[in-house]
Amino acid sequence: MTDHQHSHGNPSKASGFIPGLIKGLATTARTLARPTHTAEYPDVQPHLPPRTRGVIALLEENCTSCMLCSRECPDWCIYIDSHKETLPATTEGGRERQRNVLDRFAIDFSLCMYCGICIEVCPFDALHWSPEFEYAEFDILDLIHEKTRLGQWMATVPPPPALDPSSAEPAEVTAANKPARVVRPAAEKPADTSPTEGA
Amino acid sequence: MNPAFEVVLRVVILLLTFIVLALVVGQTEHKVMAHMQGRLGPMYAGGFHGWAQLVADAVKFVQKEDVTPRDADRWVFKLAPAIALAPYLVVFAAIPFSATLVGADVAGGALFVLAVSGVGILGVLMAGWSSANKYSLLGGLRAAAQLLSYELPMVLSVASVALAAGTLSLSGILEAWHPLWLLWQLPGALVFLIAAVAELKRTPFDMPVAEPEIVMGPLTEYSGLRFAFFLLAEYGGILVMSLLFTVFFLGGWHGPFSDSTGPLWTLLKSGAISVLIVWLRVAWPRLREDQLQRMAWLVLVPLALAQLALTSVWVVFSSR
Repeated sequence: MTDHQHSHGNPSKASGFIPGLIKGLATTARTLARPTHTAEYPDVQPHLPPRTRGVIALLEENCTSCMLCSRECPDWCIYIDSHKETLPATTEGGRERQRNVLDRFAIDFSLCMYCGICIEVCPFDALHWSPEFEYAEFDILDLIHEKTRLGQWMATVPPPPALDPSSAEPAEVTAANKPARVVRPAAEKPADTSPTEGA
Repeated sequence: MNPAFEVVLRVVILLLTFIVLALVVGQTEHKVMAHMQGRLGPMYAGGFHGWAQLVADAVKFVQKEDVTPRDADRWVFKLAPAIALAPYLVVFAAIPFSATLVGADVAGGALFVLAVSGVGILGVLMAGWSSANKYSLLGGLRAAAQLLSYELPMVLSVASVALAAGTLSLSGILEAWHPLWLLWQLPGALVFLIAAVAELKRTPFDMPVAEPEIVMGPLTEYSGLRFAFFLLAEYGGILVMSLLFTVFFLGGWHGPFSDSTGPLWTLLKSGAISVLIVWLRVAWPRLREDQLQRMAWLVLVPLALAQLALTSVWVVFSSR
């Protein structure tokens, strides 16, 4: 084997083919000596990070059938049916209240592209990412999952990750720690100068 | 013992040993190559680290359809896998595993194994020619050119060993072997090893089956059991070439306690050479066709001739 192929190469870098061949042997031998990184998946469950986008779980109690998720979904893969129910007044002479009742909530995972927009837009935290991923089906039509199945995945949703050490307190904690509002005594006397707007 | 019965017994034992050892070489290639690439390789077949993967593969190949192309030269096409495999089997029979353990002790053993292993070219050439496929033909011609060029340095390096031992018999060469030969015959050993890898059409000399260029070369049109025969011929070829290298250059059965453990030494040494051949495939890229020929004629042949000259001078002066 002659080195004529390397003659026009970078002279400072081209140190011939023999070191290259030895380097190749050394690299493969080193890899042979190291343990492999293969995850033996069906035998060993994979270790997934907490924010894994596996499947979308539904917390039905939080859903108000507001349709925001359905309308924001780029694939239009969320199906929501609901009806209104009238609740009788709780106090004598009170007004009757109406509330939405969720009849159907289904996500077609054959269309879903796992963008997570539905989860972002949900104002009541009814949708959550779950790392669960083993829901393959033999028929594509079976990938439409109804609210019972979506609700079962809630158990696999991991708790939210802890906040950064120096971050601000969560809004709920701040609200709870706020001192109770003191009812101030009525002003002794209204201001004598009435506000003159536009003056 | 009845001579006919003994012949049959020897043939059966040789056939079984050959197939088992070839499959062991194949399995070693699967696992060693996988781990060198950071993978695990077969893990399921047979239960323990996929030890039965090649058996499962064989079962799969048997079930597959055996397709013969419409325009193929049918007889030649069907015969080619057998022609590719049989020479290695015959060579295997002549290799001594220890001073007494040998399938058939041939008087001119070195000549015999080289001549018979050269027949393997025919199988590949037949496969390439008869497939009625351009890629097969290109691959077959590449294989023929390659095997012809590398036959010469191989013969020259073996001639050096035979000259040093003063005999062509494989057992005789091993009787005459001395550990100092490791140093004395080193250039010849390197030439033989490189030529053997080229004879086997394995990386870095696998242009005949270069996948990115000519699909699978002569094997393109083969399927089912006939394709499996070519694979077995490849693994059997690694086995036979490793054994030959062991016999010619590494002293075969010689080693500590070699009186009782001779065959083990042969297997151990040839196993190491087999792993080396697999290692080269993992680590090195493929040569270009012209680089291959250049290497054979401008590097290996002069080197082998120099080794032959060195051996001759030494033999002449030491025999005075």
